Amino acid sequence: MSSDLLDRVGTKDIARNKQSLNGAEQFWLVFKYVGLCFLTLVAIAPIYIMVANSFKGVTGVSQSAAWAFPIHPNFAAWGPVWDNLKGSIFRTLFFVVQSSIISAIIGSINGFVFAKWRFRGSNFVFTTFLFGMFIPYQAIMIPLTEFNHWAHLTGSIYVLVFAHVIYGIPICTLIFRNYYAAIPNEIIEAGRVDGAGMVRIFRTIILPLSVPCFVVVLIWQFTSAWNDFLFAIFLTGGSPKLSVATTALNFITGSGNQVYYGNNMTASLIVSIPTLIVYVFLGRYFLRGLLSGSLKG
Amino acid sequence: MAVRAKKHVQSPWGGFFFVLPSILAMAVFVYGMIGWTVKESLGKRTNSYTTAKGLVGLKNYRDLFSDPEFVHAFQNLLKFTVVFMVGTLLAGLIMALLLEKGIKGEGFFRSIYLYPMAISFIAMGTSWRWLMDSSRDGKATGLNKIFFDVHLGFLQSNWYSSEKGAMYAMALPAIWQMSGYVMALFLAGFRGIPDDLREAARVDGATETKIYRHILFPQLKPTFLTVLIILGHISMKVFDLIYGIASKSYVTKVLAIYMWQVIFDFQNYAKGASIAMIILVLIAVAVIPYLIYVVKTEEQK
Repeated sequence: MSSDLLDRVGTKDIARNKQSLNGAEQFWLVFKYVGLCFLTLVAIAPIYIMVANSFKGVTGVSQSAAWAFPIHPNFAAWGPVWDNLKGSIFRTLFFVVQSSIISAIIGSINGFVFAKWRFRGSNFVFTTFLFGMFIPYQAIMIPLTEFNHWAHLTGSIYVLVFAHVIYGIPICTLIFRNYYAAIPNEIIEAGRVDGAGMVRIFRTIILPLSVPCFVVVLIWQFTSAWNDFLFAIFLTGGSPKLSVATTALNFITGSGNQVYYGNNMTASLIVSIPTLIVYVFLGRYFLRGLLSGSLKG
Repeated sequence: MAVRAKKHVQSPWGGFFFVLPSILAMAVFVYGMIGWTVKESLGKRTNSYTTAKGLVGLKNYRDLFSDPEFVHAFQNLLKFTVVFMVGTLLAGLIMALLLEKGIKGEGFFRSIYLYPMAISFIAMGTSWRWLMDSSRDGKATGLNKIFFDVHLGFLQSNWYSSEKGAMYAMALPAIWQMSGYVMALFLAGFRGIPDDLREAARVDGATETKIYRHILFPQLKPTFLTVLIILGHISMKVFDLIYGIASKSYVTKVLAIYMWQVIFDFQNYAKGASIAMIILVLIAVAVIPYLIYVVKTEEQK
């Protein structure tokens, strides 16, 4: 699956100089918009609830009024929730940035080899990598916790950097490989004619072309590590010292505290804001990551 | 698909040394650790203080199938999987069909349908827990309130806390979260089909329905396969989505949640490992043939 996929998804040109629509076509067009708007309402309902109720105070939300728009916004929930969450948010930011950068570097090296500098058996090796993308992490979790003990990683946030880097290798390799596969071989041939070796070709020809793909992979790894709950809860053992965005949020909104609607919705929103910002500003790259991270025959 | 690389270039082993660190990492942390889990699942470590060594063969697996809670979690997972896969496939396909021919505002609708993919299940769980609140009629809050207010009160439900339908309700947030992804895959598929094909069929007098059935859908077979594999493996692993809404509630227990409980609440490593291996096998039987097929097809191109 090559990088032209995004261009394929890209908005289709609507035939501009088409003659006016006939009755049936007009009906279908109206029908389509009604369908699209209905789906839009369904899609935004949960986030609307979250945003609306984060401006209604901590507990003051009468549950049956939760659909109502906050005409008189009340910011009371934001301060305490932020104080409660900020440690975890900064900790998450700290490890996610590191794990994303390391993952992207490894992915770009591997992707280059699997696309442009293959060795005997590289397809087989690549396939074995890809399987790592699909495994349920439960199947490695018990040994991984024991390895972390042995390596003295337990109790440090680097336990999560390590996990996300290792288990991010398959997807990062795949995205970079698909990106590099679309680069014409002639460019590399030309470099070889000039006497450049593998490392130099990678550094001087491939890397400068890789910026968009780095953005894609960084966003992908950032979003998935930020939203990850499974590794966080297994590998930190619920230790408050190592709480990250999702585990801290789960602690706040957990079963005992469900009466504090405003509080819980605000906390959920705060935890979602970083990935939403990335999505709003770099949505193109997010979509590209989704598409090139999925294989197709 | 990808442009294939030329035959081996000079010093082909240079590439091998470049990826060697990753090969070792995959060998140890994916395959080695799966092997370790297999061994654990055949062993005697059924609590945290035991020092018992040695293997008990398949006993732990046999015990699972006579454990009512495991069977319950397994049935739950199957119910969830069917509704989630069919629902997400249909929702994503409908979104793609509405957008596929090009319509004003496509970019806007596309972004709206896809944003749930950017948010964590744990965060969205807060909203969904409220939307699927089981209070009714005058006390109704979330979806039930909407049904009540528009005089469709009979549609009110206990949602994820109902005894029989909990897993079907739990599929709703999952469909909501994933259908934009499926839409994107189908859009890419539709737009990969040359317009000439449609035009030719139209000239021959085919109706729109026929064009979709006999021309476009057959071309999308690889996309359908991809979507099924992606949704299927996500479903088998489902954990945060359910945990974020219902925590460890019995009615919505699936394999991944039961495994977590067995490990953390009961320190029964042998049993937890066995559950993990069953999830792995359920995924592997579909994914391994698929991966081989994908890499082979690509090679032939």
